[in-house]
Order: sequence, then structure tokens, then C-alpha cells
Amino acid sequence: MLEIRNLHARIAEDGTEIIRGLNLTVKAGEVAAIMGPNGSGKSTLSYILAGKEDYEVTEGDILYNGESILEMDPAERAAAGIFLAFQYPMEIPGVATMEFLKVAMNAQRKARGEEELKIPDLLKRVRGAADSLGMDMNMLKRPLNVGFSGGEKKRAEILQMKLLEPKLCVLDETDSGLDIDALKIVADGVNTLRSPDRAIVVITHYQRLLEYIVPDSVHVLYRGQVVRSGDKNLALELEKNGYAGVIGEMA
Amino acid sequence: MNIHAQTTRTAAETALLDAYAGRIAKLPGDASVTVKRDNAVEALKAGLPTRKVEAWHYTDLRRLLSSIPAFDATAYAEKIAPVLTGSSVLPVLNGVADKAPTVEGASIATLGEKLADGSLGDVLGIADRDDTIGAINSAFVADGFVIEIAEGAKITAPIELQNVQAGGQTHSRFVVKAGAGSKATIVERQTGTGEALVSSVTNLDVGEGAELLWLILQEQPEGATHLGQFNVRIGKGSKLTLFVMNTGGRLVRQEIRASAAGQDSEFKLRGVNLLAGQTHCDVTMVLDHLAPDTYSTETLRNVVTGKAQGVFQGQIRVAREAQKTDAKMACNTLLLSDEGEFSTKPELEIFADDVACGHGATVTEIEQDHLFYLMARGIDEKSARGLLVKAFVAEVIEELEDETVVDALEEKIGHWFAEHG
Repeated sequence: MLEIRNLHARIAEDGTEIIRGLNLTVKAGEVAAIMGPNGSGKSTLSYILAGKEDYEVTEGDILYNGESILEMDPAERAAAGIFLAFQYPMEIPGVATMEFLKVAMNAQRKARGEEELKIPDLLKRVRGAADSLGMDMNMLKRPLNVGFSGGEKKRAEILQMKLLEPKLCVLDETDSGLDIDALKIVADGVNTLRSPDRAIVVITHYQRLLEYIVPDSVHVLYRGQVVRSGDKNLALELEKNGYAGVIGEMA
Repeated sequence: MNIHAQTTRTAAETALLDAYAGRIAKLPGDASVTVKRDNAVEALKAGLPTRKVEAWHYTDLRRLLSSIPAFDATAYAEKIAPVLTGSSVLPVLNGVADKAPTVEGASIATLGEKLADGSLGDVLGIADRDDTIGAINSAFVADGFVIEIAEGAKITAPIELQNVQAGGQTHSRFVVKAGAGSKATIVERQTGTGEALVSSVTNLDVGEGAELLWLILQEQPEGATHLGQFNVRIGKGSKLTLFVMNTGGRLVRQEIRASAAGQDSEFKLRGVNLLAGQTHCDVTMVLDHLAPDTYSTETLRNVVTGKAQGVFQGQIRVAREAQKTDAKMACNTLLLSDEGEFSTKPELEIFADDVACGHGATVTEIEQDHLFYLMARGIDEKSARGLLVKAFVAEVIEELEDETVVDALEEKIGHWFAEHG
């Protein structure tokens, strides 16, 4: 489903190279974990997948279902089924969360040539998804993410993911800032989305989240490259020995 | 009126004076009114204000008002549907008051009648040497409406003062007295189809304990010059919310001259300026806090695109006896183009020693991170920008609370954005 080939990318503004020849393949149905120390390029990778303009791909390609997405803008990628759960979701004053959900869901439906959702149907879906994440509907009347706690923001991200039903989910440090109860709820939310036609990329610094979202593959990112890949046991090994062991092998 | 040496008259200045000579015989008014008109024209002979006049510094009227259309007797304007459904519409069609419906709790007359019978000459005249709009309007005003809202009347259906032009020149005036304890929503609609010169002056008196929501919606076509002036005296314990929205016009100046004259009176100014193309739009407010315990807030949100230029001048003057005045002013601008401009000039003049007054101004662009976030959810760039622009002005509008009003205004903003975004 996702194939990243020899990707090189830099910060557009100052030319700093962050991704240096990254290769990664994630199949439909697979949950892949990307781990790595701070500064290894994890968040940058998630932004590049979503199409953030701040980064420039200088070499290589990103294929989604066999086709390059490099020329697509973020909205086109989203409509094609790529979803990024942000590490730091934006607070957007003046845009009511419910209104935002309606616009986003209908924009994607329109892009796919489907009919717009009627209000009762929309409300029903939102209520169902909110309930499963333990979110109060009243929260959705507030401006998007404004005044939400860290945990509420992360739940709101998963809520969007459930409602938009993407095919490729990228979760950027979704565990950061969550207490254990919230972590379980969020992980449950992700687990219900596991399906044979969907791929999930979980970016995390710690192994903790992977106890709840058990990955099929684990990849270690360091200095903009995948330096080692393995199964879920690799995460346990990292937890035990730290990144130094794996990185040491590289040096 | 403006003391500065005038070398030669501009074409527009000459046209104004010539127009008066041609119009005076047709204008309503007894001798007292004619004196006021003549005095106004005398003042205009000194010339239109330039940037050297502080109150006109950002709107050099002499330069910007390069030509003036002649009166057009054949121009025909039609009544249009009101902004708020169910409104009582009082139309002024190309400067002439049309038939008005009866409104329970209010008495309505045309300004033309009142000028003719000499019972209303007092409202004409020039307030001070910066009052060019008052001078032009006093010289030329022909019609409008005079409304008296009875004491204690709660007028449920909104009243729409509909000033529609079809070209040439139109000069109208609305004189409204809201009786003690009355309540009403009034829409002042400034619109039309021609490249007209419009002057429209409102004189409002808010009686003790009255509560008014007044909306000025200026949506003139691209070629029009709109000179608006809103004068208000707010009485003891009364509340006025003035909402001003500018979405059109080529050259626009909307003046607000307000005084919180009675103790415990409250004035709220909310402004939304959506400026596109070549528009030059100036909102200038002078607010006097004259009595103790008066409260005012002014919030403006401006969106500027194309080569548009915007101005907000906000002057708050607190008199010595107006202790415990609480005034807060904020002007925020979203710049959507490199060629657009917005100038803000807040001024506080405080003579009382126990007051809380503050002001702030910002100019920003669309936050790229916000845009990315919305697009990452599948919302295309144009729609995402639209959402963010609407969000920027939404706060000011949603504060109005009345759902019909909020919906109607949001629809107008949607239209503007679809056309100019």
C-alpha cells in the first residue's frame, strides 16, 4: 500500500537535509511501528507523507497504491485516503469542531464522487464515534481543539480518523501527553480500525503504546534512514537496551 | 471648514458647488433649512479635506474623489428583499422615500415632509471642521425617514432602512428617536447598482433604558462612492450595539460619532470590513464618554485582498466627570494579498482619573499551519482558506446572538468570499 523508495528530503527554508535515503514498505492490513530517538526524522516523515509544504523532496519517491503522491497537495492526499494524526493538533479559533467534521467528511465524499451526508446521518456517525472514545458531544460545539487538554486533542484526532475512514493512517506520537486510561481508549480506537484493506503506521518514541497497538513490523529510524527492521520483538529489545545498541551497530 | 490654502478647485470640488446651484430650487425646506444648506456649501467652498487634515490623513478625499457624477433624474431604483426576513422595509429609492408600512409602536414620516414644514431643520448642519460628510449631506439631502419609537415599545420585527441607489447622486438622512425603555433591531442597508455618489447620515437618539441593535450593511457596487455618518447619543442606562459591515464600494468612509451621554450607558461597536479589488474603505469613530459608569467595547475584524486599502481610526475621549469608564478597543486585520493595506489609528484622550481604557491592533496573514491542518483532512485549499477567513470574522458576528441575524450575516460573508476569496 505504501512504498517509500530512497527518499531524500530537506527543510525547504534552509535546505537542512532530514530524510537521507529512506526505504520502507507497508502492506495493506499491516500495522507498522516506526521508532527512533529524538531528531531522527520521525515527525518529518509524517509531515512529508501528508504533504506539508515546509519540506522538499529532493530524491526518491513515495508510492501509494503504486502511484506517486509527490505532486498531490495535502487535500488530494487526504481524499485519496491518507490520514495523519498530528502530534500537536492545531487549535483553530472560530471553526466549530462539528462544522469542521461536516466540511471535512463531505469534502472527502465529494472528491470521491459520493453524495453529501445528511445532517441526521452525520450526527449519528459522530455520536457513535464520540461515544466509543468517551468524548462528550458538547465538546464538539467548541472551536476545533481550542482549550482541549492534551488528551482531548489526541482523542479528537482519533475521532476524525474513525469518521474519515482512511486507508493509510499515520499516527505521529499519538501516545505523547496521554495518561494510561486515555492511552487505552485511544489504542482501542486504533485497534477497531485494523482491517485487511487498511495500513497503519504508528510513529512513537516509546514502546509503551505498542503494548496496546501490537505492530506487525517495527522499523528503527535514525538520521533519516531506516537502519533496522524486525517484528514486535525489536520494540521490546529497544525498550530493554535503548537505541544505543541499534545505533551502535550502525556506527 | 478646513483651514488650508486652496489654490485651484478640483473638478470634483467645482462639480459639487455647481450641483448645489442647480439643485437648491428643488430641495425641500423652509427658510431655516435653506440657511443651513447655504452654510454647509460655504464650508465646502474651502475645499475637500486632504491628508494634511488629521481626521482625513488616511483618506485624502480631495485626491480620491477625483470626479463626481451629476444628478440623474431618470435613474430608477427598486425596492429589494430585506436582509432579515419579516422586516418592515422603509425604502429610499435613489434618494426619494417610498411608501413605508405602518409599524406598531413607531411613528414614521419622511424627511422631505419634515424639512418642508420646518420641524426638523435642527438636525442639519456641521458638527466641526472635519465634518465634510455632514456638510455635503446638509447641503444636498432631499429625503429619508424620521422615526419615533414610542416609550416602552418592543418592536419585534426588524426595521430595514433601505437606501438603494441607481446612479447619479443620492443624499439621504435617517432621524430616529428611540423612546425610553424601547427595544428594536434596525438594519441600515446601503446598496445599489450605479457608480453613484452617496451620502447618508443617521441621527439616532437612544432614550433612557432603551436597547437597540443597529446594523449598517454597506454593499455598494464597485464604482460607487459612499460617505456615511452615524451620529448617536446614548442615554442613561441604555444599550446600543452598532454592527457595521462594509463589503463593497470604491471609496467608502463611514464615520461614527457617538456619545455615551447617560450614566450606565453601554456602547458596543462591532465591525467587519471585507475589502477587495480597488476599494478604499475608512471607518472612523469618535466616541465620547460623557457620564460616569459608562462602558464601551469596539472590535473590528478586517479582511483585505487585492489592492484594497482599509483604515480604522478609533478615538475614545473620556470627559473629566466620566469616572469608572471602561473602554476596550481592538482592531484585527487579516491580509490575504501582498498589495492590500490596512492602517489603524487608535487614540485615547482621557481626562478622568479613574478609568480602564485599552486598545490593541494586529495585522496577520492566514496561518500556514492552520491551512495545512484543514487540508490534511481533505478540505481543498480554497475552501480551507474560506473557513479560516470566516472563522476570523465569526467571533464578532456570533456575539450578536440573534440566530436570524447571525445566519444572514454569515451568508453575506459566504457570498463575498465566493466572489473574492
